[in-house]
Amino acid sequence: MAASEGEMTSVEYIQHHLTNLHVGEGFWTFNLDTIFISVALGLLMIFTGMKVTKNMATDVPGGFQNFVEMILEFVQGQVKDTFPGKNALIAPMALTIFVWVWLMNFMDLIPIDLFPLIASWFGLGYLKIVPTTDLSTTLAMSLVVFALIIYYNLKVKGVGGYLKMFLFHPFGKFFVPVNVVMTAIEELAKPLSLALRLFGNLFAGELVFLLIALLAGGVGFSAMLLIFGPLQVILDLAWLIFHLLVITLQAFIFMVLTIVYLGMAHTEDH
Amino acid sequence: MNITATLIPQMIAFILLIWFINKVMWGPLSEMMEARQKRIADGLAAAEKGKHEQEMAEKRAKEVLHDAKKQSAEIIAQAQKRSSEIVEESKENARAEGERIVNAAQAEIEREVAQAKEQLRSQLASVAVAGAEKILKKEIDANTHSNMLNELAAKI
Repeated sequence: MAASEGEMTSVEYIQHHLTNLHVGEGFWTFNLDTIFISVALGLLMIFTGMKVTKNMATDVPGGFQNFVEMILEFVQGQVKDTFPGKNALIAPMALTIFVWVWLMNFMDLIPIDLFPLIASWFGLGYLKIVPTTDLSTTLAMSLVVFALIIYYNLKVKGVGGYLKMFLFHPFGKFFVPVNVVMTAIEELAKPLSLALRLFGNLFAGELVFLLIALLAGGVGFSAMLLIFGPLQVILDLAWLIFHLLVITLQAFIFMVLTIVYLGMAHTEDH
Repeated sequence: MNITATLIPQMIAFILLIWFINKVMWGPLSEMMEARQKRIADGLAAAEKGKHEQEMAEKRAKEVLHDAKKQSAEIIAQAQKRSSEIVEESKENARAEGERIVNAAQAEIEREVAQAKEQLRSQLASVAVAGAEKILKKEIDANTHSNMLNELAAKI
């Protein structure tokens, strides 16, 4: 609810919630909230990992270690199933993507007005706590993946092999110009689709949370108490549960597609 | 929702995070899990080996037991045979001894009979001579007639 914001229209409310805490102008804008929260979640992962490995037991793993091992084995299984050959970087990277994206997505499930409200007490006008609803985050990750795709393509196929892939794929040697365009689009679509899929899903999810939050905003007190209030709670809960599925699925998809793309970079022929 | 320079710190953060996760969590944890897998595999193999050995030992024990039974049966059979042999032998011995005793007794009897006959014979001669002496007192010469009677006695 936008109670602390004073008098605001629905549009202003939504726009307010979709604005990052930022410094700078134009391209040289740094979204401080995005950076801060994603780094904080990353540090959380690192410290959790340190804690687990410090107290790890070889024989009888305890509760939390079991949980971590379960995730690790799940990721390892995915990598084993989809990634051809051997590369020591892929599995930890996949784990990082899965857990980090999931944690960032999870921020979406925190009541949307809670953190902006707390931030407003400290004089911060804007706060957007879901880093994956910032295209910069998702694109940053997909660009790293893209760089790795190019790197491994060059490493495994060689410069000649990579160029050959552009020239003679997918239609053979008589359609070289078409092939170049097609392959370029295909390769560029990889990072773009990765970034946009995650961003789109999470952005839309947050927007739905905002709309549900707006539901009881403009009505009278008794109507709110009897109809819109309960309805809002039910809708919010339903979307929350559904969204829990979505954030897990999106983290999983990002991870699997990364593995698949890098796997494709490691194979000689498509 | 524009693409901004936030991209740059986010990329750096992502790369560093991958590096840290690999270093801090993935490496040690997966190493440990591999070690555990190996230990479990080793344990299972050892258990399998132990089971196999136990089976072998059981088999051997059975064999030993079987042999022992067979041997004992043989020994018992031998002992029985030997005992019956001993019984037979002693029976044989007893029979021979008995026969010997009987034979000796018979020989003794015969000898005694012969002795008695001899005695009787010698006495008979003197009795007959005495009888004849009493009957024919006066006219018979004792010397001439005793020779004749002795010849008579020898015929008995």
